[in-house]
Amino acid sequence: MTLSDFLTLLPAIVLLAWGVIMLVVDLFLPTNRKGITPLLSGIGAAAGLGVNFALTGYSQTGFNGMVVLDGFASFTNTLLLISSLFAIMLSYDYMRRMNIERSECCALMLISTAGMMIMVQAYDLIVLFLALELFSIPLYVMSGLVRGKISSEEAALKYFLLGAFSSAFLLYGVAFLYGATMHTNLAGIVSAIQGGAVQTVFLMLGVALLLVGLAFKLAVVPFHSWAPDVYQGAPTPVTGWMSVSVKIAALAALLRVFVIAFPSVAAQISPVLGVLAALTMIVGNVLALVQTDIKRLLAYSSIASAGYLLMAFVPYGQGEVASDSIAAGLFYMIGYLFASFAAWAVVAAVEKEDGKGLQIADYAGLARRHPWLAVAMMIAMVSYIGVPPTLGFWGKFYLFRTALEGGLVWLALIGLLTSLFSAYYYLRVVVVMFMQPGETEARREVWVNLLAVVSAGATLLLAFIPWQLLDLASTAFLRFP
Amino acid sequence: MVPASYYLILSVVLFVLGALGVLLRRNALVVFMSLEMMFNASNLAFITFARMYNALSAQVVVFFVMTVAAAEVAIGLALMVEIFRSKRSVDIDQMNTLKG
Amino acid sequence: MLTDYLPLVVIIVFSVILAFLVVALGHLFGPKRPSEKKSMPYESGMVPYGPGQRRMTVRYYLIAVLFILFDIEVVFFLPWAVAFRDLGLPGFLLMVAFVVVLEVAHLYAWKKGALEWE
Repeated sequence: MTLSDFLTLLPAIVLLAWGVIMLVVDLFLPTNRKGITPLLSGIGAAAGLGVNFALTGYSQTGFNGMVVLDGFASFTNTLLLISSLFAIMLSYDYMRRMNIERSECCALMLISTAGMMIMVQAYDLIVLFLALELFSIPLYVMSGLVRGKISSEEAALKYFLLGAFSSAFLLYGVAFLYGATMHTNLAGIVSAIQGGAVQTVFLMLGVALLLVGLAFKLAVVPFHSWAPDVYQGAPTPVTGWMSVSVKIAALAALLRVFVIAFPSVAAQISPVLGVLAALTMIVGNVLALVQTDIKRLLAYSSIASAGYLLMAFVPYGQGEVASDSIAAGLFYMIGYLFASFAAWAVVAAVEKEDGKGLQIADYAGLARRHPWLAVAMMIAMVSYIGVPPTLGFWGKFYLFRTALEGGLVWLALIGLLTSLFSAYYYLRVVVVMFMQPGETEARREVWVNLLAVVSAGATLLLAFIPWQLLDLASTAFLRFP
Repeated sequence: MVPASYYLILSVVLFVLGALGVLLRRNALVVFMSLEMMFNASNLAFITFARMYNALSAQVVVFFVMTVAAAEVAIGLALMVEIFRSKRSVDIDQMNTLKG
Repeated sequence: MLTDYLPLVVIIVFSVILAFLVVALGHLFGPKRPSEKKSMPYESGMVPYGPGQRRMTVRYYLIAVLFILFDIEVVFFLPWAVAFRDLGLPGFLLMVAFVVVLEVAHLYAWKKGALEWE
């Protein structure tokens, strides 16, 4: 074990250590000074971001090849860290107003983000599993943080039971992959598969179970049932953060593991992925249509997003397309991150202390009272639909292009139709905000409003430099063994 | 000497029983126990393969899985106690506050 | 191979026989003068009250959870102790880091009052 091993994981280590320190610091703070911890946590996340930028361009494995630092990891880590910074901004005032332990929430957020970053950097399936648990367990706690509110507790228990269920599948898959190849290390698995000394039945079983485990986390239909309930019950900042970060981490792990280790089973897996993607796009969008609660609407919208992401990933076995699908997936994530935080910031601003203000009808007249928030929400919705000039448009454009490149015309067609269909329910929110009369009050809390405006602005402005961003995403290479 | 395949079959049986338990049982505590069974089925599979290949590495995995399972027990029990305080029940069918 | 286990089998068989023998001898030859105090489940303990299947206080769960969490960490100490000499200073430092994290958890539980019974 050398120092360069630790260098590989440095951003995650910084976050982990800072999170633990935050827990201790919080213990010794008087009750009226608890606001210090979120601020310090924000500084910690920013420090992690700085370390991550300093390490960009490195490409090395560490800890006997169990973790890796490559362009792909640096890129995803950046997204994850920005997401956690945003989430801390979002929770600063919200948690105080809702009477939730905000300091613990921020510390847990840091620890959980560290888990996600390790998951992205995992080069060994056991490390992947441990990292998955490291980010999931704080998440279960965070979804149940609203003590005494039954919906939050139920959400936490549901998330916990189904989350543990999915990790059991993942772990069993890892066990069978070990049985098939004698390795849990991706490099070892690759060489075992190339050497031909593999038990095919175990291998297929392992891959399938692994896929189920990750699909749960990604909220892919038919493994999505937890998502709407958990998203509705959890505190809004946690929900917003979860909908972005968990998706990024699970997708990145899926990309890395399948592209590196299992291109040889692509012939069997790709059709399954195609069906899953189609189902996810259809079910997510159709069920979003009937929602009246904004949090559930956004939950189904995030399920639909997982479908689009998966669509570009279906042809991962075709060498050339694989790198395109990684770039397209990462690029879509940028847009998804900014649009989501814009939307969730507005939701957090409009939500009332007694749990009211979450219906779509409650947004009537928001444009008149709070034009900035309404415009931010509108930009987020337009970006979700995929209308130019927003990042969402370019994101979907590249996803569709990748699917067509892989020869999946039918899938791209389904994606396009469901996108058109989704315009209906997204625009309904906009119509309610701008056309219907009402006296919607929103909080004028600095951080939340700032976040809404900044995210929406980024969604809009970054759409004018899509090529540069795509170049950035394309340089996010995977390190092959 | 018992053949390794027997252990594997036992592990599959345990895993399937656990999965069925999660899907069919209504008491959250029993669901929870079924989950533990699934984790232990994985442990058994790891140990079996480790013995088949004479490799130590997979046996170490079991330590980590045990620790993770313990952490999950802690979270799960805490959540259940919390729910029981407000609902006086941990029946999954009664968890219907969230609907849409 | 299997003959290595013969002493173990002998010990098991012997101890089973001995246990039965002792109990049986006491039962056969011991004097029996039952009284109300003596027939109680715990002769010298507290007087039992209430039904046997009453609900436990939630506090027991808290203690149980903490016990599980801190108990399982021994799993990592034992292999480390066995390989202590081979691992040397790096292994020791890593274990120190592990213990520090564990102690933070302990401190947290302590300060939050999880170890208080009342």
